[in-house]
Amino acid sequence: MSDKRVTEADVVAELRDGMTIGIGGWGSRRKPMSLVRAVARSDVKDLTVVSYGGPDVGLLCATGNVRKVVYSFCSLDSIALEPHFRNARQAGAISTLELDEGMFLLGLQAAAWRVPFLPTRVGLGSDLMRQEEIRTVRSPYDDAEELVAAPALPLDLALVHMHRGDARGNGQYLNVDPYFDDLFCMAAKRRFMSVERVVETDALAGGGPIQSMRISRLMTDGVVEAPGGAHFTECVPDYGRDEAFQREYTTSAKSPEAWATWREKYLDCGDHAEYRKVVGL
Amino acid sequence: MSASGTGGLVTRAEHCVVAVAECFRGDGEIMANPIGTIPMIGGRLARASFSPDLVMTDGEALLVSGPYPVGVRNAPKTVEAWNPYRSMFDVVWSGRRHVMMGASQIDAHGNQNFAFVGEWARPKAQLLGFRGAPGNTIQNVTSYWIPNHSSRVFVEEVDVVSGVGYDRAAALGTAGRFHEIRRVVTNLGVLDFETPDRRMRLREVQPGVTVDEVVAATGFELAIAAEVTETRAPTPDELALIREVIDPAALREQEVPDP
Repeated sequence: MSDKRVTEADVVAELRDGMTIGIGGWGSRRKPMSLVRAVARSDVKDLTVVSYGGPDVGLLCATGNVRKVVYSFCSLDSIALEPHFRNARQAGAISTLELDEGMFLLGLQAAAWRVPFLPTRVGLGSDLMRQEEIRTVRSPYDDAEELVAAPALPLDLALVHMHRGDARGNGQYLNVDPYFDDLFCMAAKRRFMSVERVVETDALAGGGPIQSMRISRLMTDGVVEAPGGAHFTECVPDYGRDEAFQREYTTSAKSPEAWATWREKYLDCGDHAEYRKVVGL
Repeated sequence: MSASGTGGLVTRAEHCVVAVAECFRGDGEIMANPIGTIPMIGGRLARASFSPDLVMTDGEALLVSGPYPVGVRNAPKTVEAWNPYRSMFDVVWSGRRHVMMGASQIDAHGNQNFAFVGEWARPKAQLLGFRGAPGNTIQNVTSYWIPNHSSRVFVEEVDVVSGVGYDRAAALGTAGRFHEIRRVVTNLGVLDFETPDRRMRLREVQPGVTVDEVVAATGFELAIAAEVTETRAPTPDELALIREVIDPAALREQEVPDP
Protein backbone atom coordinates (compact mmCIF):
# COMPACT_ATOMS: atom_id res chain seq x y z
CA MET A 1 0.00 0.00 0.00
CA SER A 2 1.60 3.19 -1.13
CA ASP A 3 2.20 6.09 1.21
CA LYS A 4 2.03 9.29 -0.84
CA ARG A 5 3.14 11.70 1.85
CA VAL A 6 5.66 14.23 0.54
CA THR A 7 6.89 17.70 1.49
CA GLU A 8 6.47 21.06 -0.20
CA ALA A 9 10.11 20.78 -1.31
CA ASP A 10 9.37 17.46 -3.02
CA VAL A 11 6.58 19.12 -4.98
CA VAL A 12 8.78 22.03 -6.07
CA ALA A 13 11.39 19.51 -7.26
CA GLU A 14 8.83 18.37 -9.85
CA LEU A 15 8.63 21.82 -11.43
CA ARG A 16 10.36 22.76 -14.65
CA ASP A 17 10.62 26.12 -16.36
CA GLY A 18 7.71 26.79 -18.69
CA MET A 19 5.31 24.33 -17.04
CA THR A 20 1.58 24.93 -16.80
CA ILE A 21 0.31 24.63 -13.24
CA GLY A 22 -3.28 24.71 -12.02
CA ILE A 23 -4.11 25.93 -8.53
CA GLY A 24 -7.37 24.99 -6.80
CA GLY A 25 -9.55 27.02 -4.47
CA TRP A 26 -11.42 30.18 -5.45
CA GLY A 27 -10.35 33.81 -4.95
CA SER A 28 -9.03 34.02 -1.41
CA ARG A 29 -10.57 30.72 -0.33
CA ARG A 30 -8.90 27.38 0.40
CA LYS A 31 -5.78 28.09 -1.63
CA PRO A 32 -2.79 25.71 -1.20
CA MET A 33 -0.65 28.59 0.05
CA SER A 34 2.14 26.55 1.65
CA LEU A 35 2.73 24.95 -1.75
CA VAL A 36 2.38 28.29 -3.55
CA ARG A 37 4.93 29.89 -1.23
CA ALA A 38 7.32 27.01 -1.89
CA VAL A 39 6.97 27.64 -5.62
CA ALA A 40 7.42 31.37 -5.04
CA ARG A 41 10.69 30.73 -3.17
CA SER A 42 12.03 28.61 -6.02
CA ASP A 43 13.83 29.91 -9.11
CA VAL A 44 11.47 28.18 -11.54
CA LYS A 45 10.41 30.59 -14.25
CA ASP A 46 8.05 31.15 -17.18
CA LEU A 47 5.18 29.30 -15.52
CA THR A 48 1.69 29.45 -16.94
CA VAL A 49 -0.69 29.62 -13.98
CA VAL A 50 -4.31 28.46 -14.38
CA SER A 51 -6.49 29.59 -11.50
CA TYR A 52 -9.76 31.00 -10.22
CA GLY A 53 -7.31 33.57 -9.04
CA GLY A 54 -6.50 34.94 -5.64
CA PRO A 55 -3.25 35.56 -3.75
CA ASP A 56 -1.79 32.42 -5.32
CA VAL A 57 -1.62 34.22 -8.66
CA GLY A 58 -0.62 37.53 -7.11
CA LEU A 59 2.24 36.08 -5.10
CA LEU A 60 3.71 34.20 -8.07
CA CYS A 61 3.43 37.37 -10.18
CA ALA A 62 5.22 39.38 -7.50
CA THR A 63 8.08 36.89 -7.31
CA GLY A 64 8.43 36.76 -11.10
CA ASN A 65 7.84 33.02 -11.57
CA VAL A 66 4.99 33.61 -14.00
CA ARG A 67 4.93 34.29 -17.72
CA LYS A 68 1.24 33.80 -18.37
CA VAL A 69 -1.96 33.74 -16.35
CA VAL A 70 -5.09 31.88 -17.47
CA TYR A 71 -7.93 33.39 -15.47
CA SER A 72 -11.37 34.96 -15.40
CA PHE A 73 -10.87 37.00 -12.23
CA CYS A 74 -8.15 37.58 -9.67
CA SER A 75 -9.61 38.74 -6.38
CA LEU A 76 -9.07 38.66 -2.63
CA ASP A 77 -12.88 38.58 -2.06
CA SER A 78 -12.99 41.12 0.75
CA ILE A 79 -10.54 43.20 -1.32
CA ALA A 80 -11.94 43.19 -4.84
CA LEU A 81 -8.75 43.32 -6.91
CA GLU A 82 -5.60 41.28 -6.33
CA PRO A 83 -2.96 44.01 -5.96
CA HIS A 84 0.16 42.16 -7.13
CA PHE A 85 -1.63 40.69 -10.13
CA ARG A 86 -2.83 44.19 -10.94
CA ASN A 87 0.72 45.53 -10.76
CA ALA A 88 1.99 42.79 -13.05
CA ARG A 89 -0.78 43.41 -15.60
CA GLN A 90 -0.33 47.17 -15.57
CA ALA A 91 3.43 46.78 -15.98
CA GLY A 92 2.90 44.48 -18.98
CA ALA A 93 4.98 41.87 -17.13
CA ILE A 94 2.71 38.91 -17.90
CA SER A 95 0.52 37.74 -20.74
CA THR A 96 -2.97 36.39 -20.17
CA LEU A 97 -5.61 34.10 -21.53
CA GLU A 98 -8.85 35.78 -20.53
CA LEU A 99 -11.73 33.39 -19.89
CA ASP A 100 -15.32 33.46 -18.70
CA GLU A 101 -15.71 31.66 -15.35
CA GLY A 102 -17.81 28.91 -16.90
CA MET A 103 -15.59 28.56 -19.96
CA PHE A 104 -12.78 27.96 -17.46
CA LEU A 105 -14.76 25.05 -15.98
CA LEU A 106 -15.31 23.61 -19.46
CA GLY A 107 -11.58 23.89 -20.18
CA LEU A 108 -10.70 21.88 -17.07
CA GLN A 109 -13.45 19.36 -17.82
CA ALA A 110 -12.27 18.96 -21.41
CA ALA A 111 -8.72 18.30 -20.25
CA ALA A 112 -9.99 15.85 -17.63
CA TRP A 113 -11.98 13.99 -20.30
CA ARG A 114 -9.08 14.16 -22.76
CA VAL A 115 -11.01 16.00 -25.47
CA PRO A 116 -9.66 19.16 -27.16
CA PHE A 117 -12.65 21.35 -26.39
CA LEU A 118 -16.21 21.46 -25.14
CA PRO A 119 -18.92 23.36 -27.00
CA THR A 120 -20.71 26.28 -25.43
CA ARG A 121 -22.52 29.45 -26.34
CA VAL A 122 -20.44 31.31 -23.75
CA GLY A 123 -18.06 33.85 -25.26
CA LEU A 124 -20.01 34.54 -28.45
CA GLY A 125 -20.28 38.25 -29.12
CA SER A 126 -17.74 39.13 -26.43
CA ASP A 127 -14.13 40.22 -26.88
CA LEU A 128 -12.96 36.89 -25.52
CA MET A 129 -13.22 35.87 -29.16
CA ARG A 130 -10.46 38.35 -30.08
CA GLN A 131 -8.01 35.84 -28.63
CA GLU A 132 -6.49 33.45 -31.12
CA GLU A 133 -6.61 30.62 -28.55
CA ILE A 134 -10.43 30.66 -28.52
CA ARG A 135 -12.11 29.41 -31.67
CA THR A 136 -15.56 28.36 -32.80
CA VAL A 137 -17.01 25.09 -34.05
CA ARG A 138 -20.13 24.40 -36.08
CA SER A 139 -22.66 21.87 -34.85
CA PRO A 140 -22.69 18.83 -37.18
CA TYR A 141 -26.40 18.37 -36.49
CA ASP A 142 -29.32 19.94 -38.29
CA ASP A 143 -29.23 23.15 -36.21
CA ALA A 144 -25.73 23.89 -37.61
CA GLU A 145 -25.29 26.42 -34.83
CA GLU A 146 -21.89 28.01 -34.47
CA LEU A 147 -20.60 27.56 -30.93
CA VAL A 148 -17.47 28.39 -29.00
CA ALA A 149 -15.03 25.50 -28.71
CA ALA A 150 -13.89 26.18 -25.14
CA PRO A 151 -10.28 24.98 -25.30
CA ALA A 152 -9.07 22.22 -23.00
CA LEU A 153 -6.75 23.46 -20.26
CA PRO A 154 -4.35 20.54 -19.74
CA LEU A 155 -2.07 20.99 -16.75
CA ASP A 156 1.41 19.67 -16.07
CA LEU A 157 0.82 19.95 -12.35
CA ALA A 158 -2.11 20.67 -10.07
CA LEU A 159 -1.97 21.99 -6.50
CA VAL A 160 -5.05 21.84 -4.25
CA HIS A 161 -5.75 22.17 -0.53
CA MET A 162 -8.22 19.98 1.38
CA HIS A 163 -9.25 19.89 5.00
CA ARG A 164 -8.51 16.21 5.55
CA GLY A 165 -6.76 13.48 3.67
CA ASP A 166 -5.18 10.12 4.22
CA ALA A 167 -1.65 9.00 3.44
CA ARG A 168 -2.85 7.24 0.28
CA GLY A 169 -4.10 10.45 -1.30
CA ASN A 170 -7.83 10.47 -0.61
CA GLY A 171 -9.08 13.94 0.27
CA GLN A 172 -12.06 15.59 1.93
CA TYR A 173 -13.38 19.15 1.98
CA LEU A 174 -15.46 20.32 4.95
CA ASN A 175 -16.64 23.76 3.77
CA VAL A 176 -19.71 24.45 1.65
CA ASP A 177 -18.07 24.39 -1.77
CA PRO A 178 -15.75 21.86 -3.42
CA TYR A 179 -14.81 24.61 -5.89
CA PHE A 180 -13.18 22.88 -8.89
CA ASP A 181 -10.38 21.08 -7.09
CA ASP A 182 -11.29 17.61 -8.35
CA LEU A 183 -11.29 18.93 -11.93
CA PHE A 184 -7.89 20.58 -11.46
CA CYS A 185 -6.56 17.20 -10.36
CA MET A 186 -8.26 15.34 -13.20
CA ALA A 187 -6.88 17.84 -15.75
CA ALA A 188 -3.26 17.42 -14.61
CA LYS A 189 -0.43 14.96 -15.24
CA ARG A 190 0.92 15.30 -11.67
CA ARG A 191 -1.38 16.17 -8.75
CA PHE A 192 -0.42 17.32 -5.27
CA MET A 193 -2.82 17.87 -2.41
CA SER A 194 -1.99 19.62 0.81
CA VAL A 195 -4.28 18.92 3.75
CA GLU A 196 -4.84 20.46 7.16
CA ARG A 197 -4.50 17.03 8.73
CA VAL A 198 -3.63 13.53 7.58
CA VAL A 199 -5.98 11.01 9.20
CA GLU A 200 -6.71 7.29 8.99
CA THR A 201 -8.85 6.46 5.96
CA ASP A 202 -11.76 5.39 8.18
CA ALA A 203 -11.75 8.79 9.82
CA LEU A 204 -12.70 10.45 6.52
CA ALA A 205 -16.11 8.81 6.26
CA GLY A 206 -16.57 9.44 9.97
CA GLY A 207 -15.56 13.09 9.67
CA GLY A 208 -18.21 14.40 7.32
CA PRO A 209 -20.94 13.48 4.84
CA ILE A 210 -19.88 11.00 2.20
CA GLN A 211 -20.25 13.72 -0.48
CA SER A 212 -17.40 15.62 1.17
CA MET A 213 -14.93 12.91 0.10
CA ARG A 214 -14.53 14.50 -3.30
CA ILE A 215 -10.89 13.64 -3.99
CA SER A 216 -10.03 9.98 -4.49
CA ARG A 217 -6.51 8.63 -4.64
CA LEU A 218 -7.02 8.19 -8.39
CA MET A 219 -6.68 11.95 -8.55
CA THR A 220 -3.50 12.48 -6.51
CA ASP A 221 0.21 11.69 -6.67
CA GLY A 222 1.28 13.22 -3.41
CA VAL A 223 -0.09 14.43 -0.07
CA VAL A 224 1.49 17.22 1.95
CA GLU A 225 0.40 17.61 5.55
CA ALA A 226 0.24 21.36 6.07
CA PRO A 227 -1.67 22.61 9.11
CA GLY A 228 -2.64 26.19 8.34
CA GLY A 229 -1.60 25.46 4.77
CA ALA A 230 -4.27 27.72 3.28
CA HIS A 231 -3.35 30.73 5.44
CA PHE A 232 -4.17 33.60 4.91
CA THR A 233 -7.02 32.48 2.70
CA GLU A 234 -10.27 31.15 4.11
CA CYS A 235 -10.35 27.52 5.21
CA VAL A 236 -13.55 27.23 7.23
CA PRO A 237 -14.49 25.36 9.37
CA ASP A 238 -10.84 25.00 10.44
CA TYR A 239 -10.15 28.75 10.25
CA GLY A 240 -11.47 31.88 8.58
CA ARG A 241 -9.59 34.28 6.34
CA ASP A 242 -6.90 36.26 8.17
CA GLU A 243 -8.20 39.67 7.11
CA ALA A 244 -5.54 41.66 8.97
CA PHE A 245 -2.80 39.62 7.33
CA GLN A 246 -4.49 39.98 3.94
CA ARG A 247 -4.51 43.77 4.37
CA GLU A 248 -0.80 43.66 5.18
CA TYR A 249 -0.24 41.56 2.06
CA THR A 250 -2.20 44.09 0.03
CA THR A 251 -0.15 46.97 1.40
CA SER A 252 3.01 45.16 0.29
CA ALA A 253 2.00 45.85 -3.33
CA LYS A 254 2.23 49.61 -2.87
CA SER A 255 5.97 49.92 -3.46
CA PRO A 256 9.07 47.78 -4.19
CA GLU A 257 10.29 48.60 -0.69
CA ALA A 258 7.07 47.43 0.93
CA TRP A 259 7.21 44.24 -1.11
CA ALA A 260 10.87 43.61 -0.16
CA THR A 261 9.94 43.92 3.50
CA TRP A 262 6.97 41.57 3.19
CA ARG A 263 8.95 39.10 1.15
CA GLU A 264 11.82 38.98 3.62
CA LYS A 265 9.51 38.46 6.56
CA TYR A 266 6.96 35.99 5.19
CA LEU A 267 8.55 34.33 2.18
CA ASP A 268 12.28 34.23 2.73
CA CYS A 269 11.71 33.10 6.33
CA GLY A 270 11.83 29.50 5.10
CA ASP A 271 9.51 26.54 4.84
CA HIS A 272 5.96 26.21 6.12
CA ALA A 273 7.10 25.32 9.65
CA GLU A 274 9.11 28.57 9.83
CA TYR A 275 6.23 30.54 8.31
CA ARG A 276 3.88 29.20 10.99
CA LYS A 277 6.27 30.44 13.67
CA VAL A 278 6.59 33.88 12.08
CA VAL A 279 2.84 34.28 11.63
CA GLY A 280 2.01 32.60 14.94
CA LEU A 281 -0.19 29.86 13.48
CA MET B 1 -35.39 63.46 -1.27
CA SER B 2 -39.00 63.16 -2.23
CA ALA B 3 -42.20 63.01 -0.24
CA SER B 4 -43.31 59.52 0.76
CA GLY B 5 -46.77 58.15 1.32
CA THR B 6 -45.91 57.88 5.00
CA GLY B 7 -45.47 61.62 5.31
CA GLY B 8 -41.71 61.36 5.71
CA LEU B 9 -38.99 61.85 3.13
CA VAL B 10 -37.70 59.17 0.82
CA THR B 11 -34.02 59.23 -0.14
CA ARG B 12 -32.50 58.87 -3.60
CA ALA B 13 -31.04 55.54 -2.50
CA GLU B 14 -34.51 54.27 -1.59
CA HIS B 15 -35.80 55.25 -5.02
CA CYS B 16 -32.87 53.30 -6.48
CA VAL B 17 -33.78 50.25 -4.39
CA VAL B 18 -37.33 50.32 -5.73
CA ALA B 19 -36.12 50.81 -9.31
CA VAL B 20 -33.90 47.74 -8.90
CA ALA B 21 -36.76 45.72 -7.43
CA GLU B 22 -38.96 46.67 -10.39
CA CYS B 23 -36.43 45.02 -12.74
CA PHE B 24 -37.38 41.65 -11.22
CA ARG B 25 -41.15 42.16 -11.37
CA GLY B 26 -42.84 39.31 -13.21
CA ASP B 27 -39.72 37.12 -13.26
CA GLY B 28 -41.48 34.26 -11.47
CA GLU B 29 -39.50 31.29 -10.18
CA ILE B 30 -36.03 32.06 -11.47
CA MET B 31 -32.80 32.98 -9.74
CA ALA B 32 -32.50 36.71 -9.09
CA ASN B 33 -28.81 37.45 -8.74
CA PRO B 34 -28.31 41.13 -7.97
CA ILE B 35 -24.65 42.01 -7.29
CA GLY B 36 -23.85 45.08 -5.19
CA THR B 37 -25.41 46.67 -2.11
CA ILE B 38 -28.43 48.46 -3.57
CA PRO B 39 -29.05 45.61 -6.04
CA MET B 40 -29.15 43.10 -3.17
CA ILE B 41 -31.54 45.29 -1.20
CA GLY B 42 -33.71 45.74 -4.28
CA GLY B 43 -33.73 42.04 -5.11
CA ARG B 44 -34.69 41.09 -1.59
CA LEU B 45 -37.38 43.77 -1.61
CA ALA B 46 -38.85 42.33 -4.82
CA ARG B 47 -38.96 38.85 -3.29
CA ALA B 48 -40.41 40.10 -0.01
CA SER B 49 -43.19 41.89 -1.86
CA PHE B 50 -44.36 41.45 -5.45
CA SER B 51 -42.06 38.66 -6.75
CA PRO B 52 -42.23 36.07 -3.95
CA ASP B 53 -41.07 33.09 -6.02
CA LEU B 54 -37.60 34.47 -6.80
CA VAL B 55 -34.70 32.22 -5.80
CA MET B 56 -31.63 33.93 -4.33
CA THR B 57 -28.15 32.94 -3.16
CA ASP B 58 -26.23 33.85 -0.02
CA GLY B 59 -23.43 35.06 -2.31
CA GLU B 60 -21.65 31.77 -1.86
CA ALA B 61 -22.87 28.18 -2.14
CA LEU B 62 -26.39 28.26 -0.70
CA LEU B 63 -29.82 29.23 -1.93
CA VAL B 64 -31.53 30.99 0.95
CA SER B 65 -34.89 32.54 1.66
CA GLY B 66 -35.40 35.66 3.70
CA PRO B 67 -35.82 38.53 4.01
CA TYR B 68 -32.74 39.12 6.09
CA PRO B 69 -30.47 42.15 6.42
CA VAL B 70 -27.64 42.97 4.00
CA GLY B 71 -24.12 43.31 5.33
CA VAL B 72 -24.68 40.90 8.23
CA ARG B 73 -22.70 37.77 7.59
CA ASN B 74 -24.44 35.41 10.00
CA ALA B 75 -27.98 36.77 9.75
CA PRO B 76 -30.48 33.97 10.33
CA LYS B 77 -31.88 32.65 7.08
CA THR B 78 -33.53 29.54 5.75
CA VAL B 79 -31.35 27.37 3.54
CA GLU B 80 -33.37 26.07 0.59
CA ALA B 81 -30.73 24.27 -1.44
CA TRP B 82 -27.03 23.70 -2.06
CA ASN B 83 -25.68 25.63 -5.02
CA PRO B 84 -21.88 25.44 -5.24
CA TYR B 85 -20.14 27.51 -7.92
CA ARG B 86 -20.25 24.78 -10.52
CA SER B 87 -24.03 24.46 -10.10
CA MET B 88 -24.31 28.15 -10.85
CA PHE B 89 -23.31 27.46 -14.44
CA ASP B 90 -26.14 24.91 -14.70
CA VAL B 91 -28.52 27.70 -13.67
CA VAL B 92 -27.01 30.30 -16.01
CA TRP B 93 -26.74 28.04 -19.03
CA SER B 94 -30.32 26.81 -18.61
CA GLY B 95 -31.44 30.44 -18.66
CA ARG B 96 -33.29 30.39 -15.31
CA ARG B 97 -31.60 33.51 -14.00
CA HIS B 98 -31.70 37.30 -14.09
CA VAL B 99 -28.38 38.83 -13.06
CA MET B 100 -27.71 42.46 -12.21
CA MET B 101 -24.06 43.33 -12.69
CA GLY B 102 -21.98 46.48 -12.49
CA ALA B 103 -20.15 48.15 -15.35
CA SER B 104 -17.01 50.26 -15.52
CA GLN B 105 -18.01 51.21 -19.06
CA ILE B 106 -21.20 50.69 -21.06
CA ASP B 107 -22.13 51.86 -24.56
CA ALA B 108 -25.42 52.73 -26.28
CA HIS B 109 -25.99 49.08 -27.30
CA GLY B 110 -25.37 47.77 -23.80
CA ASN B 111 -21.89 46.44 -24.45
CA GLN B 112 -20.32 46.38 -21.00
CA ASN B 113 -16.75 46.36 -19.72
CA PHE B 114 -15.49 45.62 -16.26
CA ALA B 115 -12.46 43.57 -17.32
CA PHE B 116 -9.77 46.24 -17.79
CA VAL B 117 -9.28 49.71 -19.24
CA GLY B 118 -6.65 50.44 -21.86
CA GLU B 119 -4.55 48.06 -23.92
CA TRP B 120 -5.03 44.30 -23.71
CA ALA B 121 -1.31 43.54 -23.19
CA ARG B 122 -0.71 46.33 -20.72
CA PRO B 123 -3.92 47.81 -19.35
CA LYS B 124 -3.96 51.25 -17.82
CA ALA B 125 -6.19 49.78 -15.14
CA GLN B 126 -6.68 46.07 -14.55
CA LEU B 127 -10.22 45.66 -13.23
CA LEU B 128 -12.21 42.49 -12.50
CA GLY B 129 -11.40 40.44 -15.60
CA PHE B 130 -14.20 38.98 -17.73
CA ARG B 131 -15.67 37.08 -14.75
CA GLY B 132 -19.02 35.61 -15.79
CA ALA B 133 -20.10 38.48 -18.02
CA PRO B 134 -19.81 36.77 -21.44
CA GLY B 135 -21.81 33.77 -20.27
CA ASN B 136 -24.35 35.77 -18.31
CA THR B 137 -25.22 38.08 -21.14
CA ILE B 138 -25.53 35.38 -23.81
CA GLN B 139 -27.43 32.87 -21.64
CA ASN B 140 -29.78 34.69 -19.24
CA VAL B 141 -31.45 38.02 -18.61
CA THR B 142 -29.08 40.79 -17.53
CA SER B 143 -29.62 44.19 -15.94
CA TYR B 144 -27.00 46.69 -14.84
CA TRP B 145 -26.57 48.83 -11.74
CA ILE B 146 -24.46 51.95 -12.05
CA PRO B 147 -24.27 54.05 -8.88
CA ASN B 148 -22.26 56.83 -10.54
CA HIS B 149 -23.92 57.80 -13.81
CA SER B 150 -21.31 59.77 -15.76
CA SER B 151 -19.78 60.10 -19.21
CA ARG B 152 -16.79 58.12 -17.92
CA VAL B 153 -19.07 55.10 -17.55
CA PHE B 154 -21.57 55.76 -20.34
CA VAL B 155 -19.12 55.88 -23.24
CA GLU B 156 -19.25 55.94 -27.03
CA GLU B 157 -17.08 52.82 -27.19
CA VAL B 158 -15.99 50.46 -24.41
CA ASP B 159 -12.31 49.46 -24.29
CA VAL B 160 -13.14 45.74 -24.18
CA VAL B 161 -16.50 43.96 -24.39
CA SER B 162 -17.02 41.62 -21.43
CA GLY B 163 -20.84 41.77 -21.41
CA VAL B 164 -22.50 41.46 -24.82
CA GLY B 165 -24.70 44.29 -26.11
CA TYR B 166 -27.67 44.23 -28.48
CA ASP B 167 -25.76 44.99 -31.68
CA ARG B 168 -23.36 42.12 -31.14
CA ALA B 169 -26.12 39.74 -30.03
CA ALA B 170 -28.12 40.59 -33.16
CA ALA B 171 -25.09 39.89 -35.35
CA LEU B 172 -24.98 36.36 -33.90
CA GLY B 173 -28.40 35.49 -35.30
CA THR B 174 -30.01 32.50 -33.59
CA ALA B 175 -27.02 32.04 -31.27
CA GLY B 176 -28.00 35.32 -29.64
CA ARG B 177 -31.58 34.26 -28.98
CA PHE B 178 -31.25 34.10 -25.19
CA HIS B 179 -29.77 37.60 -24.92
CA GLU B 180 -31.78 40.25 -23.10
CA ILE B 181 -30.70 43.37 -21.25
CA ARG B 182 -33.74 44.35 -19.22
CA ARG B 183 -32.78 47.63 -17.56
CA VAL B 184 -29.92 49.87 -16.54
CA VAL B 185 -30.59 51.46 -13.15
CA THR B 186 -28.44 54.40 -12.07
CA ASN B 187 -28.32 57.06 -9.41
CA LEU B 188 -29.89 59.42 -11.96
CA GLY B 189 -32.60 57.28 -13.54
CA VAL B 190 -33.69 54.09 -15.27
CA LEU B 191 -32.83 53.16 -18.84
CA ASP B 192 -33.92 50.35 -21.15
CA PHE B 193 -33.46 49.21 -24.74
CA GLU B 194 -37.07 49.38 -25.88
CA THR B 195 -36.27 51.19 -29.13
CA PRO B 196 -36.52 49.94 -32.74
CA ASP B 197 -32.74 49.69 -33.09
CA ARG B 198 -32.20 48.55 -29.49
CA ARG B 199 -30.22 51.60 -28.49
CA MET B 200 -30.32 52.68 -24.86
CA ARG B 201 -33.28 54.86 -23.89
CA LEU B 202 -34.01 56.96 -20.86
CA ARG B 203 -37.38 55.92 -19.42
CA GLU B 204 -37.38 57.34 -15.88
CA VAL B 205 -35.48 59.96 -13.92
CA GLN B 206 -34.94 60.09 -10.18
CA PRO B 207 -36.95 62.85 -8.45
CA GLY B 208 -35.08 66.14 -8.75
CA VAL B 209 -33.09 65.01 -11.80
CA THR B 210 -33.84 66.50 -15.22
CA VAL B 211 -33.62 64.76 -18.57
CA ASP B 212 -30.94 67.27 -19.57
CA GLU B 213 -28.83 66.29 -16.59
CA VAL B 214 -28.94 62.63 -17.60
CA VAL B 215 -28.12 63.51 -21.22
CA ALA B 216 -25.16 65.61 -20.05
CA ALA B 217 -23.89 62.72 -17.91
CA THR B 218 -24.07 60.27 -20.82
CA GLY B 219 -21.20 60.05 -23.31
CA PHE B 220 -23.32 58.87 -26.25
CA GLU B 221 -26.52 59.99 -27.91
CA LEU B 222 -29.28 58.77 -25.66
CA ALA B 223 -32.77 57.89 -26.91
CA ILE B 224 -35.44 59.52 -24.79
CA ALA B 225 -38.84 57.97 -24.09
CA ALA B 226 -41.82 59.96 -25.35
CA GLU B 227 -42.82 60.44 -21.76
CA VAL B 228 -40.04 60.28 -19.18
CA THR B 229 -41.60 59.66 -15.78
CA GLU B 230 -40.18 59.87 -12.28
CA THR B 231 -39.07 56.69 -10.54
CA ARG B 232 -41.77 55.66 -8.13
CA ALA B 233 -41.39 56.03 -4.39
CA PRO B 234 -41.60 52.96 -2.18
CA THR B 235 -45.01 52.16 -0.73
CA PRO B 236 -45.25 52.40 3.08
CA ASP B 237 -44.90 48.61 3.32
CA GLU B 238 -41.87 48.63 1.03
CA LEU B 239 -40.28 51.46 2.96
CA ALA B 240 -40.70 49.55 6.20
CA LEU B 241 -39.12 46.47 4.62
CA ILE B 242 -36.18 48.51 3.37
CA ARG B 243 -35.53 50.44 6.55
CA GLU B 244 -36.40 47.93 9.22
CA VAL B 245 -35.81 44.49 7.74
CA ILE B 246 -33.50 44.44 4.75
CA ASP B 247 -31.16 47.37 5.35
CA PRO B 248 -31.46 48.57 8.96
CA ALA B 249 -27.82 49.75 8.87
CA ALA B 250 -28.70 52.08 5.93
CA LEU B 251 -25.82 50.78 3.78
CA ARG B 252 -27.82 52.01 0.78
CA GLU B 253 -27.13 55.62 1.77
CA GLN B 254 -23.37 55.00 1.56
CA GLU B 255 -23.64 53.67 -1.97
CA VAL B 256 -25.83 56.54 -3.19
CA PRO B 257 -25.62 59.53 -0.85
CA ASP B 258 -28.64 61.80 -0.92
CA PRO B 259 -28.00 64.85 -3.15
